[in-house]
Amino acid sequence: MKATREAYGEALVELGREHPEIVVLDADLSSSTMTSGFAKEFPERFFNFGIAEANMMGAAAGLARSGKVPFASTFAVFASGRAYDQVRQSIAYPGFNVKIAASHGGLTVGPDGASHQALEDIALMRVIPGMTVVVPADAEETRQVVRWAAAHDGPVYIRLGRSPVPDVFPQGAPIQPGKASVVKDAKGRGFGEMRPGGERDGLDADVAILANGIMVSKCLEAWELLAAEGITSVVVDVAFVKPLDEKTLLELAGRCGAFVTAEEHSVIGGLGGAVTEFLSENCPCPVVRVGVRDRFGQSGTPEELLAEYGLTAEDIAQAARKSLELKRAE
Amino acid sequence: MGQKGKCEVTTQTQCSKKVEEIRRVCREVRKNVLVMIGTAGSGHPGGSLSCVEIISTLYFGVMRVKPEDPNWPDRDRFVLSKGHAAPTLYAVLAEKGFFPKDLLPTLRKFGSPLQGHPDAKRTPGVEVSTGSLGQGLSMAVGMALAGKLDRKGYRVWVLLGDGECQEGQVWEAAMAASHYKLDNLAAFVDFNGLQIDGRVEEIMNPSPLADKWRAFGWRVLEVDGHDVDALLEAASYASESPGAPTAIIARTVKGKGVSFMEGQREWHGKAPKGEELSRALQEVTKS
Repeated sequence: MKATREAYGEALVELGREHPEIVVLDADLSSSTMTSGFAKEFPERFFNFGIAEANMMGAAAGLARSGKVPFASTFAVFASGRAYDQVRQSIAYPGFNVKIAASHGGLTVGPDGASHQALEDIALMRVIPGMTVVVPADAEETRQVVRWAAAHDGPVYIRLGRSPVPDVFPQGAPIQPGKASVVKDAKGRGFGEMRPGGERDGLDADVAILANGIMVSKCLEAWELLAAEGITSVVVDVAFVKPLDEKTLLELAGRCGAFVTAEEHSVIGGLGGAVTEFLSENCPCPVVRVGVRDRFGQSGTPEELLAEYGLTAEDIAQAARKSLELKRAE
Repeated sequence: MGQKGKCEVTTQTQCSKKVEEIRRVCREVRKNVLVMIGTAGSGHPGGSLSCVEIISTLYFGVMRVKPEDPNWPDRDRFVLSKGHAAPTLYAVLAEKGFFPKDLLPTLRKFGSPLQGHPDAKRTPGVEVSTGSLGQGLSMAVGMALAGKLDRKGYRVWVLLGDGECQEGQVWEAAMAASHYKLDNLAAFVDFNGLQIDGRVEEIMNPSPLADKWRAFGWRVLEVDGHDVDALLEAASYASESPGAPTAIIARTVKGKGVSFMEGQREWHGKAPKGEELSRALQEVTKS
């Protein structure tokens, strides 16, 4: 168990040692976004902009224009909302190489309440041309995604979480950033037990469950619930909401013909939005979305909030049953 | 004003030659700006004409750039934060040789590298994309920080509008620039006193502007923004102000050089047509 923001902080320090061009920016939240480790080891390459997110994003653009690889961090609500115009105009429009690592995404921010719970950030970032949008599931995937982002030329939005999440991937797992990862197939094989590209028969299931972020481990619980009822499923981590791994989606559409999406985000515009948009144009089949149904969050513990907003393993299982019914009714 | 004048390292003759050359460039730029906006049928003549001397002086009297190598790592940088004055920037860049002058009449046309507002991806010499007001100074802060980090000697110059100073982000950036002691950064404010809805002081008064910049930790100069000598001297002072960024508040006239546009807010965003254009061209050519 480790929070993805912690893995981000560790990855930054590792990358900082290898790449002198990496600089890190924060807006008075370095002990929460976990950029403080980098700040300590590389004080001359760390810039705190105070509580001024718009200026931080603009400065990140200027640093990128000058050959640096800036990682700009703040909470997801501020990165995507407060500084939206700067991300759009100063960073994405000229295609500058800025990495926005936004922590405290989703409901599991907990007691801080709705003002600090970003449930729209993926939608906001996904709609910007040229922006890559990633929501890693656990510490290992975060580490690999951050490393990938540092090497990728172009703007990237990485959404991180506040609360510790179970490990989905074993350490050093051969994750291919940009590709969807089957984390449990219909035969119960986990990510580490499948050869990349091989054993595709495990993808023949009643329903494909696509998720990212903290919801991936919830989907693994749902897999068990469904299996106990005789429903086969395959759980796929779709960390890259944009660009989507369309090839894998098409294969799953052929093999399963029914989908569930699960995300700690509004059902509008995020993973569920991206998947339904793609499938409806290319291979229409039922998709039932698990996510927040057009509401703001509120204070509470992460578990209380996930229950209240319909983001539990049982909610995912229920969505799978509905998707399967829709498929059978076709 | 600094003790060291513009002619510190040059002889008097060389210096007046330089000023003469900049004035020639200004005449050429004014003419081109009017033709470009006239041909496009839309654009912002008022605020483009008010900053002709500022941008021309920077490119022809102050900045080290290589038009044949626009991304030369040691170049001085210019950020046009008031992006609607794009025609002036384009005319100056073309005059300097960043791209052929025959591109100028394609301003705002489909497929042109000369977009309505500056687009760093399409136009050689344009550092960043601007047009959404208030963002340029932050980007300049990032460039100046990179310059310090890399121990490069380049300087970063910014041009803001006076109305633009109503944007909060300008002051976030101003705070950061003095916090990080960015003495390789200087910002001109094109103080022409007018914005779309009327007089700046009536819409949302930013005055006392010099005191505000000073309070944010900047050195401040106030100059006549159409006086090339004064602009050169101000730039020279800004280049020798260790420990702090410099703000140069340039008093200007909106629509400068065209009698019927001068000080008239309706020329903020209207293109001159037919007879108007010929009259305007006549005035700027003979001035």
